[in-house]
Amino acid sequence: MTNRTADLLVIGGGIHGCSAALHAAMRGLDVVVIEKDTVGRHASGVNAGGVRRLGRHYAEVPISQRSMEIWHRIEDLVDDDCGFQRAPQIKVAESEADLDELKARAAHLRAMGFEHEVVLDRGELRAHLPAVAEHCVGGLASLDDGFAQPYQTTFAFSRKARSLGVRFEENCRAQRVTRVGSDFKVTTDRGVFSGRRLLNCGGAWAGEIARQLGEPVEVEPTAPMMLVTGRMPRFCTAVVGNQSRPLSFKQMANGTVVIGGGLRGRALPETNVSELIFSELRRTAETAIAIFPIMKGASIVRSWAGIEGRMPDGIPVISPSSTQEGAYHAFGFSSHGFQMGPGVGEIMAELVATGRTNAPIAPFAITRFAPEADASGSSPTQTEGLSA
Amino acid sequence: MNSYDVVIVGAGPAGMACAAEARQAGLSTLVLDEQPRPGGQIFRDIEVSDPGRRALLGKDYAEGARIAEAFRASGADYVSGAVVWNIDSAKRIDYSAGGRSHSVEAKSLVAATGAIERPTPMPGWTLPGVTTVGAAQILLKTSGIVFEDLVLVGSGPLLWLAASQMITAGVPPKAIVETVPKSRYRAAARHVLRALPGWRYLAKGFAMMRAVKRAGVPVHRDAEDIAIEGDSAATAVTFTSGSKRHRIETAHVALHQGVVPNQQMTRVMNCQHRFDESQRAFLPVLSEDFETTVPGVFVAGDGAGIGGAKSAAMRGRLVAMRIAETAGKPVSGERAKLRTALARDAAVRPLLEALYAPSDDVLSPADAVMVCRCEEITAGQIREAVALGAPGPNQVKSFLRAGMGPCQGRMCGLAVSEIIAAARGESPSTVDYYRIRPPLKPLLLSELAGLGAEAPREAAE
Ligand SMILES: Cc1cc2nc3c(=O)[nH]c(=O)nc-3n(C[C@H](O)[C@H](O)[C@H](O)COP(=O)(O)OP(=O)(O)OC[C@H]3O[C@@H](n4cnc5c(N)ncnc54)[C@H](O)[C@@H]3O)c2cc1C
Repeated sequence: MTNRTADLLVIGGGIHGCSAALHAAMRGLDVVVIEKDTVGRHASGVNAGGVRRLGRHYAEVPISQRSMEIWHRIEDLVDDDCGFQRAPQIKVAESEADLDELKARAAHLRAMGFEHEVVLDRGELRAHLPAVAEHCVGGLASLDDGFAQPYQTTFAFSRKARSLGVRFEENCRAQRVTRVGSDFKVTTDRGVFSGRRLLNCGGAWAGEIARQLGEPVEVEPTAPMMLVTGRMPRFCTAVVGNQSRPLSFKQMANGTVVIGGGLRGRALPETNVSELIFSELRRTAETAIAIFPIMKGASIVRSWAGIEGRMPDGIPVISPSSTQEGAYHAFGFSSHGFQMGPGVGEIMAELVATGRTNAPIAPFAITRFAPEADASGSSPTQTEGLSA
Repeated sequence: MNSYDVVIVGAGPAGMACAAEARQAGLSTLVLDEQPRPGGQIFRDIEVSDPGRRALLGKDYAEGARIAEAFRASGADYVSGAVVWNIDSAKRIDYSAGGRSHSVEAKSLVAATGAIERPTPMPGWTLPGVTTVGAAQILLKTSGIVFEDLVLVGSGPLLWLAASQMITAGVPPKAIVETVPKSRYRAAARHVLRALPGWRYLAKGFAMMRAVKRAGVPVHRDAEDIAIEGDSAATAVTFTSGSKRHRIETAHVALHQGVVPNQQMTRVMNCQHRFDESQRAFLPVLSEDFETTVPGVFVAGDGAGIGGAKSAAMRGRLVAMRIAETAGKPVSGERAKLRTALARDAAVRPLLEALYAPSDDVLSPADAVMVCRCEEITAGQIREAVALGAPGPNQVKSFLRAGMGPCQGRMCGLAVSEIIAAARGESPSTVDYYRIRPPLKPLLLSELAGLGAEAPREAAE
């Protein structure tokens, strides 16, 4: 019989669940990860692999920075290079107005004490991107960012966690979360698990767990879309975005170009299906050709989308539960959570193990979505699900 | 956007017959096909009827010409040279024609995209000079080209058909290397009685084999451990037969291990599929009327399971009858008869499937054999990924890039599922198949940028 009790139950085997499980195991905790499909099946295994600090919400910058330090020595942590490669991330300005916005951002970050984003003038932009279109006037760059292989990475985190004793229960959906005494009980397709602590890393599906914990929040399932071209001559070594229209663009070592950039398809989280909407992707195609005229000759050989949870304000929930002591949340990464995986996992493990952290997570509190009355500190309301 | 009661993808026997029947019921109908002319694979260019092609197709010619004629006369709209690259859940179809992309909406959609040849990974199969029997046959049909030293390797009815057509064209193959093990005859014998209603097919098969014999083409039976030699191009094919190693020098080899349903379109629409042990292939899950698990999406022809041209046309008609029925039209009196005829036509299948089941050589290729040609991934690499814990084709794809090339996994998908299943000791139905995403065929980025133009229409006549 399998051991169904643990110090920590993690719901979700994406990059966040796996990273938190690994870091918790490194702190000596006994951990079970409960995953309804297979590890890395969703956003974490199919994202664009962008390891990007550039252009993040100011609140995310310190955590993203901490994560970046881990990325730069990722092999030490998980015994796998995760396909990580350093590469400049560059946001292109198509107009002087765009460039002014980028300059203002760089100044703001400097005031916060961060130096990693630097403004590029016309010439510097071309030094990094010789193929960029004539009309582009400059850009903003984070030169020590990069990209990695998403599935390889998530899998490496789970493998390393496994080697430290973390148990992964795959094809096992957490249906109901209840509290019995000081323990959490998670009823799944394959029996009941119990643990002293609970961590919700359910991605686009995390809202249901939060609701059962009595703190409903709106997690919108979205389906970011990506296009891949056939092999092209090497013309771009940076990961490229755009200040005024959605774009993420990079050429892989084998010459294929991967294009995305925030446009969303149809997400059907109940059936794990995501569908591409080509009338939307049309704009992505236009933008790519506008920034890199060489793309006129490119042909698309593949596309994909993955299901990701988006919060109303576009930044994640990284937070202790406001209703149940010992429960924690890390979800809703709103299409840019891959880079944050290593760092947030470390923070969550610290929280779970010690009950506290110095990391600046206040902006990500789950209570920020609570109706006025609750937000002002009234005692947590007990709702269905928790009275076992 | 244009909208039709029925949009049919594929103008082979299934698609053409379906269109004619749908028009008869008064349904607005559009047929899209990537070829320049109707006919599909079996009746390719049937309307261009020179005596040579008639001779090649023999008795089948008349049947094909009749279906094509009825299709042309039906009043169905038809766009040739139309490459369908996406179908979404609202049955909106995006296709490329004349250098532009167009969209059209269907109330009912019929995938009549037929079969593709099973992938045949074996040593040397990616060398220049190696092709498939199907591709060699198309070359013969469309341009009369045959290589004088062509060696046919594998098994299946198409192997013998192609051989006899090459003989008719005056360029017999240099040799036939058949991979059917002796033991298969015993396994197949069990199905002989049930196959008798299909005696015409059996008679045709024997006639083709006799023609090959008469033409003096050497036939090596029970061949295994096949390898194609050559550094930069094929120079010879080697194999074991009759417990002896053989070597035939040739620059041209055509491989074949039967045909399987082309699943790309039904996969892209998220229709459910199941693995059929007898056909050793994934088939869409279908109702009696060939409707998939996605309401309003039908499969006619070999895409529903391999049945041949006659069955394809009958299935096409049955699909149209069902769509008409759903639209509130009176059901054709012929439906019951058609169903009986379809069952009779299928009688020979279990025998053929048992006899011509794919050879172990291609189901479990050696570690060094390339499986995904686009990304150059070997069977050994796939097995390694499984050993690391990859549970299925999609994870192997994420790991190795297998199936990520321009062919979208058409060339390797089935082989990859088989190899993973064997390595995990599971059935292919458990490990399943690649998730298929649009575009179904490569699409110019600039064409996508101009998406939204109206469709040009050409009436069938
Ligand atoms: C196409 C695409 C491109 C992207 N590009 C980038 C990028 O370039 N850079 C970047 O930083 N980010 C990117 N992202 C975002 C990034 O992938 C996500 O933010 C991140 O992977 C989220 O990780 P997660 O662990 O929270 O979620 P997920 O990976 O979705 O993991 C959540 C897991 O929880 C499981 N689960 C949910 N509910 C239950 C339950 N009740 N029981 C059991 N299991 C459950 C799910 O099955 C799932 O496996 C992209 C996302 C997509 C889709």
